[in-house]
Amino acid sequence: MNILRKWVQVFVGLLTNAYWAFPFTRSLYQGPMKVICSPGLNCYSCPAATTYCPMGSIQALLATVRLSLESGQLFVGFSVFGSIGVMGGFLGRMICGWACPFGFIQELLYKLPSKKFGIPRVLRYGKYFFLLFFVILLPLFVVDEFGGGTTWFCKYVCPTGTLEAGLPMLALQPTLRAQLGTLFLSKFVVMVLFLVWSVLSSRPFCRTTCPLGAFYALFNKVKMVRLRLDENRCTNCHACHAVCPMGVKFNESPDDRECISCMACMSKACRFNAIYLDVGGVPIGAEPSSTEPQGIRVG
Amino acid sequence: MTAKRRNKNKYHLRKAPFAVISFFLLCIFIGIAAGEPSRVFEQAVRICLSCIGIG
Repeated sequence: MNILRKWVQVFVGLLTNAYWAFPFTRSLYQGPMKVICSPGLNCYSCPAATTYCPMGSIQALLATVRLSLESGQLFVGFSVFGSIGVMGGFLGRMICGWACPFGFIQELLYKLPSKKFGIPRVLRYGKYFFLLFFVILLPLFVVDEFGGGTTWFCKYVCPTGTLEAGLPMLALQPTLRAQLGTLFLSKFVVMVLFLVWSVLSSRPFCRTTCPLGAFYALFNKVKMVRLRLDENRCTNCHACHAVCPMGVKFNESPDDRECISCMACMSKACRFNAIYLDVGGVPIGAEPSSTEPQGIRVG
Repeated sequence: MTAKRRNKNKYHLRKAPFAVISFFLLCIFIGIAAGEPSRVFEQAVRICLSCIGIG
């Protein structure tokens, strides 16, 4: 299952970054696929990006909402929220585990040998803060004299933008380098901190900061595809705790908002078939039991 | 009773995902009707200077 997931991550990463002519054109992809929403966090200023970033688009639309309304246009992000809402309704944070390029990069970095550290659970609320304030409220309400706001998360935080768009575009377009200042330096430092943190801890950006992950997390109880726990089979052996990259204790909270449905607990850890995949109420693969526990219950 | 009927009785489809997906599909249609994709496209094909850390 893990190998399949890696292939899906590579495939989606290449699909959403499929414009490989950029070293010759030295510009962004400008074709028709750019009206399609990227499922994961993938900066649309990445020269290879073929889709748009939902978080970047929402901020840009909300930052210019007054100007749009003044000109009689209702551009408040319906299509963008709709796109990520449909994906969230189907898969929720499974997208983080299977289709997010920056999540994949963090996973690769975590494989580098080093001492590993956990992440305090309280930091998980940071991503909801960034979603509410940096993606929605600040772009909407902090405006200049012309009524235009700014894309706060992209501008001050997003390490994906610096890594996937900033550095490549600076390499491709030397004229941009003359305009670099403290803002770029601060973003570069944020990016380096997250990359180093990714070596030391599993998926730190996803767990503490990603506003798209926060949005998808809202769907974890109502999404179509989700992992379920068969309590009759669970022995509380806690094997699922040890393999979870997001620090989820699956047997204690199967609907945890942190669960990215990577299925490591189901395929790598659980020996009692107590974890199964459920699609809209129909179990896939292992049949849930309706009998007494089959293993020896621990604790 | 056939096996198909037994399975139908055993598992019940959850309605919540369908309701959520329908709601957000409606949002997409409203956005398309308002012409929002063309605005998103305009943004997406330009270099986002703030993403790069310039402006």
